[in-house]
Amino acid sequence: MTRILLFLGAMLATLGAHGQLTIDITTSGGRQIPIAVMPLAGESSQPQSVSDVVGADLARTGLFRLVNTVGISPTPTEPSEVNFPDWTARSAEALVIGKVEVQGERIEVRFRLFDVQKQSQLASYSYVIAPAQLRSTAHRIADLIYERLTGDKGAFSTKITYVVKRGTRFELQVADADGFNAQSVLASQEPIMSPSWSPDGSRIAYVSFDQKKPIVVVQNLAQGTTKVVANFRGNNSAPSWSPDGRFLAVALSKDGLTQVYRIPANGGEAERLTESTGIDTQPAFSPDGQWIAFTSDRGGSPQIYRMPAAGGPAQRVTFEGTYNVGPRYSPDGKSIAYVQREGGRFRIATMELANGQVQVLTDGTLDDSPTFAPNGKMILYEAQVGGRGQLAAVSGDGRVRQRLTSAAGDVQDPAWGPMPTN
Amino acid sequence: MKNAALIVLVAAALAGCASKETQTEPQVTDRSVGQPQANAGQSSTTRPNQPTTSQQGNPLAQGQLAQRSVYFDYDSNAVKDEYRGLVQAHSRYLTGDKRDARIRIEGNCDERGSREYNLALGQRRAEAVKKVMTVLGVSDSRIETTSYGEEKPVAQGHDEQAWSQNRRADIKYAGE
Repeated sequence: MTRILLFLGAMLATLGAHGQLTIDITTSGGRQIPIAVMPLAGESSQPQSVSDVVGADLARTGLFRLVNTVGISPTPTEPSEVNFPDWTARSAEALVIGKVEVQGERIEVRFRLFDVQKQSQLASYSYVIAPAQLRSTAHRIADLIYERLTGDKGAFSTKITYVVKRGTRFELQVADADGFNAQSVLASQEPIMSPSWSPDGSRIAYVSFDQKKPIVVVQNLAQGTTKVVANFRGNNSAPSWSPDGRFLAVALSKDGLTQVYRIPANGGEAERLTESTGIDTQPAFSPDGQWIAFTSDRGGSPQIYRMPAAGGPAQRVTFEGTYNVGPRYSPDGKSIAYVQREGGRFRIATMELANGQVQVLTDGTLDDSPTFAPNGKMILYEAQVGGRGQLAAVSGDGRVRQRLTSAAGDVQDPAWGPMPTN
Repeated sequence: MKNAALIVLVAAALAGCASKETQTEPQVTDRSVGQPQANAGQSSTTRPNQPTTSQQGNPLAQGQLAQRSVYFDYDSNAVKDEYRGLVQAHSRYLTGDKRDARIRIEGNCDERGSREYNLALGQRRAEAVKKVMTVLGVSDSRIETTSYGEEKPVAQGHDEQAWSQNRRADIKYAGE
């Protein structure tokens, strides 16, 4: 099983002053919140450190700076044990303390979050869990801290999927958002591409070449069952779920050139949605289900268009440059991420749909397949580094970058899963 | 629907893969590195590990019919003049000797650009070859065009030499 190692990019450079402390922040600009995450009392006897995972989650966003906790003794576990002037001296604005206690077969994890300047408690939670849930519990704690301090939902408890290529072997893998717990859900000697999560996270649609041509398959993750949902004459590819999970928009070439169609998510008749003389592909439903954005070269160069989700007149969305493809809507529906080419380099850009403002977020040579975190704050994508496909992530403002590197092989075609439903 | 035909195609492709190790150099000059093992065209009765017999009786393993790949310029789906002869030879074969044969034309792209758009571009290359063949009298219904996009490069490099090998359409016969 591949473990994806996560490297923090050059994002920990201090941005802006952080002398003035206040935690009532809903947008972070370029500032990082200095936060101290104390080791939880008793966690060192557990197989998994909770505080390490919480700290890594927060630091990875680029919105937090971890404050040194070395030399604090004894470890505080109750509010009365916190020496706030100590933390003020260490420039911490927020503090996390807690403890881990064994209760028979179960473990109780308790944590508290403080505003250091106000010397007040912002949150306090307790979880009674199985030992195997330590890591996922740490992600839930990080989600709570992130939301309390930034005002946005955390996406640390989500999953990602991607394709790993080693030689002629392809694997579809699912991992936690931090790259841990990678599991292979499909292996093939033929290519696998374009994985796409169902809105409830229970299924993944993807393109299989097991029949020596591209067909669209839906796999149920819990049951491991697969169903071929599009196997028409020619190509079948680019699946994208409708927000209600009932339909897939797909690209089919059954009538000649590649066009966008709609099929039931369980398979069935294909309803043609585009009628052009060029290539129409890479459909993406808007989060409200009203629109489908897609790539078309009907105007001579590949550009992004959008049309009503049931088909109908399309309007062109991108105008700058001669290559803008592969749109993906942000979770709030207000912008799209896509691939643009400039000077022979392929990079990830976003466009605000209301005003057409474009921002190029990456500076790679062959960046592809952008996918938004379900809180909209990060965009995961595929980059080519040293001739190999790797995953990378960038914040929506382009300021924070991460790279996820696999031990072996090419990693490509990522898709970020939805928020957990519980 | 076409399941039977698909199974045959899969079997043919598997045979083609298995024969790769045993094949000698393709009978082409310049681009031999990038040529798929199309001249591995054994008939269905020939075992993959007996490649020498296939060189004798099977017309698809000889001359122009052994050449199966049409190469393209970057960002182009124009069938260049130098491949007209190849496409004509296959068209003649399909309208003459082999009126019952079906083929699949598989388009491919180099790695530059977005995967799904490249899949569609590869399909358009396959369509371009198909169009030439239908003009030459091969029935539309006998040709399926598909694409591997950039997913199955024959040359693994990241330079023009590799890319030029990967921008192509391959002609594959059902039942081979």
